[in-house]
Amino acid sequence: MRTNYKAALLAVALLMSSGSALAEENFWLWLVNFSRQKEVKPVDNKTYKDECGSCHFAYQPGLLPGKSWAKLLDEKALADHFGEDASLDKETLKDIYDYTMANAAEKSFYKRSRKIAKATEDGDAPLRITEVRYIKRKHHEIPEKMVKGNKDVKSPAFCNACHTKAEEGIFDEDTVDIPNFPNRDHD
Amino acid sequence: MKLHKILMAASMLFATSAALATPATDELFARYKSEGATGFDAARGGQNWSKETRGEDGQMMSCASCHGKDLSKEGHHHKTNKVIQPMAPSANKERFTDVKKIEKWFKRNCNDVLARECTAQEKGDFLKYLLSK
Repeated sequence: MRTNYKAALLAVALLMSSGSALAEENFWLWLVNFSRQKEVKPVDNKTYKDECGSCHFAYQPGLLPGKSWAKLLDEKALADHFGEDASLDKETLKDIYDYTMANAAEKSFYKRSRKIAKATEDGDAPLRITEVRYIKRKHHEIPEKMVKGNKDVKSPAFCNACHTKAEEGIFDEDTVDIPNFPNRDHD
Repeated sequence: MKLHKILMAASMLFATSAALATPATDELFARYKSEGATGFDAARGGQNWSKETRGEDGQMMSCASCHGKDLSKEGHHHKTNKVIQPMAPSANKERFTDVKKIEKWFKRNCNDVLARECTAQEKGDFLKYLLSK
């Protein structure tokens, strides 16, 4: 009986400590959630996929915190979306806004989103995925010639140029294939 | 005999032009007329389509910058390289079937290429030009 009690105490302590890496308010939610997963939750909203994905890779909402989405998905901001008019009618915009709020990095139970949430907790909301510290660090060692200097990549913002499973929300290194650099480890 | 030929030619012309429209474009042509446009012209639409203006990043831009020169083929977004489905209805049955979609993209793309919205006349001319492809 006594050992059982000790084991239970130890288990709780372990769970608490592993959870401390997560935002505290979400700890119990995280604990009972069965969809804790690696990677990033794939896009599962048709309006989002159609509207955002018609011009660029449909970045998963879990790649940025809610405060970033709120800045990006503002009526005025969208009229000049990185130099382009991406205006949406009110109804469509609301759908997309609500979807990103519900699935933003800090709301997600996916591992990479949790890391992004943590990296963006303090400071200004990044407007570009490439400004997120965690993502920057992950790409830190890749030489410029493979990205900016690569005519089939051009910018680190084009996730799916190299991440072959980006659309499924998988960004694992094993799924990377840099165009024009088939043997990147040796270049 | 001559009259017969003219009639034939005229009816053929009518038949082709009748095929070159959708309920969505009919609605839009009527709307543009009510906004002051008169007589839409495919040739004028085509000229405007390929007319280049200087974009805000200093590069020359026209509709063709993204949609390509051959409208029966795919185009590519000038920045992201994302594939844009063919504009020609002959190659893409979904084109010009949705009023909201047409207006949405006119607003955005005119702003991007011309730094202003297009007039009713310009939009009607573009539609006439694109429907002929």
